[in-house]
Amino acid sequence: MDIRLEGIGHSYDNVEVMREISLEIPAGRIVCIVGPSGCGKSTLLRIIGGLERPTQGRVLQIGVPPEGCLNPLTYVFQDFALLPWRSVHGNVSLVLEDHGIPDAEADEIIADVLARTKLSDFAKALPRQLSGGMKQRVAIARALAVKPAVLLMDEPLSALDSQTRELLMDDLVSLYARQPFTAIYVTHNLNEAVRLGHSIVVLSRRPGQIREVVHLDRPLQERALGDPELEARQKYLWDLMRAEARAADAELVNV
Amino acid sequence: MSNATMNSDAARGRPVAFRGGGFAPRPQRWVAFVVFAALIALAEWGTRVGWISPLTLPRPSDVLATFRDLISTGLLFDHMGPSLARLAVGSAIGVAAGIGTGILIGLFSHVRSGLVPVVAALFPIPKIALLPLFVIWFGIGEGSKYALIAFGTFTPTVVATYGAVDNVDRTLIRMGQSFGLSWISIVRKIVLPGAMPGILSGMRISLAIAIILLVAAEMLGAEYGIGAYILEAGSLYDLERLFAGVVILSLLGVLVSAAIGVVERRLLAWRT
Ligand SMILES: Nc1ncnc2c1ncn2[C@@H]1O[C@H](COP(=O)(O)OP(=O)(O)OP(=O)(O)O)[C@@H](O)[C@H]1O
Ligand SMILES: [Mg+2]
Repeated sequence: MDIRLEGIGHSYDNVEVMREISLEIPAGRIVCIVGPSGCGKSTLLRIIGGLERPTQGRVLQIGVPPEGCLNPLTYVFQDFALLPWRSVHGNVSLVLEDHGIPDAEADEIIADVLARTKLSDFAKALPRQLSGGMKQRVAIARALAVKPAVLLMDEPLSALDSQTRELLMDDLVSLYARQPFTAIYVTHNLNEAVRLGHSIVVLSRRPGQIREVVHLDRPLQERALGDPELEARQKYLWDLMRAEARAADAELVNV
Repeated sequence: MSNATMNSDAARGRPVAFRGGGFAPRPQRWVAFVVFAALIALAEWGTRVGWISPLTLPRPSDVLATFRDLISTGLLFDHMGPSLARLAVGSAIGVAAGIGTGILIGLFSHVRSGLVPVVAALFPIPKIALLPLFVIWFGIGEGSKYALIAFGTFTPTVVATYGAVDNVDRTLIRMGQSFGLSWISIVRKIVLPGAMPGILSGMRISLAIAIILLVAAEMLGAEYGIGAYILEAGSLYDLERLFAGVVILSLLGVLVSAAIGVVERRLLAWRT
């Protein structure tokens, strides 16, 4: 299933947050969205996921979601959004409970996604007993459990320290290698963008518009930490963004 | 201190003075018992020595003897039975209705705008003053007592519940919506558990109010019940029995609070 954005524009009480965003997200690819703070990345993701109505334009799903998909557009949140009163197993089962799946089958799905995120030993643990990286893996497991057509990830690694972030990026890459998924990945971190993105959309400062789309053809598994080509791309992206970021930083938030 | 010693002190290094800690009360069970025992011992000693006259305060040992009589004659259970039933029925009605209303207020703008002023208007009414009205509406029997207790627990429960619902983490609700959970699932699995800490701490207050109202209701037209027992003792100036009744009430309060503590530990074990 592909996603197409057609001329998305959005304003909050006369403050224009983004303008004329048109974009195609093809199935099986990871599209990263980068841009200065406040340029409307999170808002755009909420619009794509149907949690917010754009003031202009529309979001289209093209084609049908894959077989067995329970929630075509599925979020992974920056702050994990785990229910603290449910165990790891319970947090994953939460999103299966409304679909009338027999218990045995649900347990199978949960066991599978926990194995894929290397959490099998922690099924009974409560979120407060987990480290940040593990919490985010639970959130990823929960998202995988509904067999999403498109993963919507809003700075999924931003709440983590840099080592954990590296490890989790590796995990995401191996998840992708095992079974390619479609994702829209919002981040502040250009390193994440060049490691995980097949294409990288650079937004301007508010009102957010597409400044450039950078394509990276190298397969994800072959992108390593400190790769000179990736570093060059990262530097190129940073040069694109530097002026915007500085200007955005100096603007008063008059909302 | 001379300059020389100060310098040598600084050179050798001093441990940094500890200034953290505190502000984190932890339960110390025995302290409560010690406080109670000390207060009772003081009263006993005062009445025996004579600087507390028996008219001011009955001797604790006499109260204990009265209490023992109460148990041996079975009178205690004759009074406790109806009281506990009234407390249970009345507060169950009030708390259930209060949680329901509080959740509706917490979730729907129209209900909120319509009911919050009503609740604010009802809250400060001394419910005891309405007892005659309840007697007319629900009869002199159990009905009016249930109604009084239910009404008294209703308003604080509503206020605690909608405050707790307001405090439920919105990102968790967004998460539920983003996974396409049904409205009822979001309420049952996210809003309600998330509001539970606030609801339970509201219940501590509601149930203490329920005990106060129980006694008030029983003072007006009840043959059996702790309130009736205290009223009778009071009108005869039988201080031992009066105090025995008061002790029962206090024990009831402690028991209710402990019961909520147990529920909290069961339901809120997930809290850090
Ligand atoms: N619910 C809202 N009401 C009013 N203004 C909002 C709302 N949500 C976001 N905004 C404004 O819209 C702009 C874009 O916000 P958004 O959160 O989408 O930016 P972002 O690119 O995700 O920023 P960051 O990089 O800091 O996460 C900001 O200026 C913000 O103040
Ligand atoms: Mg954001």
